[in-house]
Amino acid sequence: MSKPESYRSGPDDRGHFGIFGGRFVAETLMPLILEVETAWNRYRNDPAFNAELEYYARDYVGRPSPLYFAERLTEELGGAKIYFKRDELNHTGAHKINNTLGQILLARRMGKRRIIAETGAGQHGVATATVCALFDLPCVVYMGETDIERQAPNVFRMKLLGAEIVPVTSGTATLKDAMNDALRDWVANVEDTFYIIGTAAGPHPYPEMVRDFQSVIGREAKAQLLERENRLPDTILACIGGGSNAIGLFHPFLDDESVEIIGVEAAGLGIGTGQHAASLSGGKPGVLHGNRTYLLQNEDGQIHDAHSISAGLDYPGIGPEHSWLNEIGRVQYVSVTDQEALDAFQLSCRTEGIIPALEPAHALSHVAKIAPGMGKDRIIVMNMCGRGDKDVFSVAQVLGEKI
Amino acid sequence: MSRTGRRISDRFNLLKSQERIGLVAFVTAGDPDRATGQEILNGLPAAGADLIELGMPFSDPMADGPAIQLANLRALGNGASLANTLKMVAEFRTLDDETPIVLMGYYNPIHCYGVPRFLDDCITAGVDGLIIVDLPPEEDEELCHPCLTAGINWIRLTTPTTDQARLGTVLKNSSGFVYHVSIAGITGTRSADLDDIRSAVDRIRTRTDLPIAVGFGIRSKEQVREMAGTADAAVVGSALVDVIRAGLENDASKDEIVRNLHGLVRDLASGTR
Repeated sequence: MSKPESYRSGPDDRGHFGIFGGRFVAETLMPLILEVETAWNRYRNDPAFNAELEYYARDYVGRPSPLYFAERLTEELGGAKIYFKRDELNHTGAHKINNTLGQILLARRMGKRRIIAETGAGQHGVATATVCALFDLPCVVYMGETDIERQAPNVFRMKLLGAEIVPVTSGTATLKDAMNDALRDWVANVEDTFYIIGTAAGPHPYPEMVRDFQSVIGREAKAQLLERENRLPDTILACIGGGSNAIGLFHPFLDDESVEIIGVEAAGLGIGTGQHAASLSGGKPGVLHGNRTYLLQNEDGQIHDAHSISAGLDYPGIGPEHSWLNEIGRVQYVSVTDQEALDAFQLSCRTEGIIPALEPAHALSHVAKIAPGMGKDRIIVMNMCGRGDKDVFSVAQVLGEKI
Repeated sequence: MSRTGRRISDRFNLLKSQERIGLVAFVTAGDPDRATGQEILNGLPAAGADLIELGMPFSDPMADGPAIQLANLRALGNGASLANTLKMVAEFRTLDDETPIVLMGYYNPIHCYGVPRFLDDCITAGVDGLIIVDLPPEEDEELCHPCLTAGINWIRLTTPTTDQARLGTVLKNSSGFVYHVSIAGITGTRSADLDDIRSAVDRIRTRTDLPIAVGFGIRSKEQVREMAGTADAAVVGSALVDVIRAGLENDASKDEIVRNLHGLVRDLASGTR
């Protein structure tokens, strides 16, 4: 495949990143999808819209998040200098709110009076319920019954914030089914409802819109490192489920060819076992939830369930822009197992006093693999996209601790 | 034109000459299992189905309500696949070369099977048309254009959200008939107001000569009868699929399930005469 002039020019006006992306939705939704696209194109460069977004990002979310030099971890690994982009310090404890804030401001301008969302681990659900409370809009969150059981603290948080949680029992009762049911709700309530999708996937313009709201991560990181080290990083890394935190970090660096970019998927119990969530390493292109992208599926095109110790990576697809970046080779995608992520989780606690979410623990595991082989003058930036409070119960269980 | 291109128009011409509305019976291929599903399919015309809409099972049927979701899972749990759906059509065609069969489903299994191979196998099996829920006009290059080139009908859905401007886009490249989805929502959940259906169908008629079928929320012969004079055909799906679920829940034998389902089709068909 020939090298594009810029890696940042996608998608085209039909929402395609190469062969990926698109708008694969039912006709009932199509007029609404076009309405979202029109609104997005109108407001994305609107100074008043962006001023409001920046105001809430600063005073409510706490941006910019710090870029932190992880000195002890760097010493422990004995190679490249490691920086964490601390998006786990955002209000609600993850990067998700960068996107829900942007989308709810758009929904308000479109005159929508009801918000729906899907959630797996509950981080996106909490971030959506939070901005709905902030702007006094009713919020309905679809969540798989299986996930409700394993993420009880987040379910309670959403309830405190006034959201209605709808348990999803259809299909396999996990994130993909929650997204199916959210789409079913949307089809039935097209007039007044806005669907806040949580990752950089779904029908156009969602992958682009979510990416742009999350790109604040990469823009800040770039400026902060330039100020601190007066240069670009050598390597940047982030974990990938649907891929919103990763595309947010990566996108501002895509045309900086000296920067190596690595996305880390969840290998679960190992790619060979079939029990994983690594759509790029273990899936093939298909069409689901409004876009063409890499999917976990069988030989008949039926979607497989994903598995990961991290509920936030547990999705059988991936954002279409990642599929494209993988195909053209600009980003390297690797995978990390449950066990490796658990080891990195503890490494971060021990050396840095940061309890990471299990999602960025996957990215950290790969950092620990590559940093020792890099010179001390090299620089790695990793997105610490969420904090681990939500995971302490499941980690305790795996480690055999009773709490 | 091949037989494939003609069965649908022949059938609507016949209905017109008989001055009655047609019944489109929807069932999911291989529900509850391959053998029973085949028996159900084979007996639909005799029970009074004028056209057959055969669902291609998919793990994530996003536009369907609980009844058809469960039908998909039952079928997949018992070995349903796109290849087997096509085999079922081929077997049906050895008994009936007149009744149109339209395959309804989602794009991914076809994407996975391969579009050219799928269209070839549709023609060999005797499929007359396709309804692919997640392929709007914006994605016509994927399957719509190759399908029309192959001589298979491409049947599109109009919905309550299809405004005047959008209607032209939807009707372009539509063939066979137009399927008007009477509610904004998923299958098998609620029924539309009759006046709304009439005005929507009237509006579509001003823009196309294609026959119009109305579906979503039609469960009884009375509702089928109400559609006469408005639509050219009424589609019943969830109510039929519910017969299978009820039978399985009550431990009915497979023969009984087949009988009950055909019994409901017979009853619904009485609303067309």
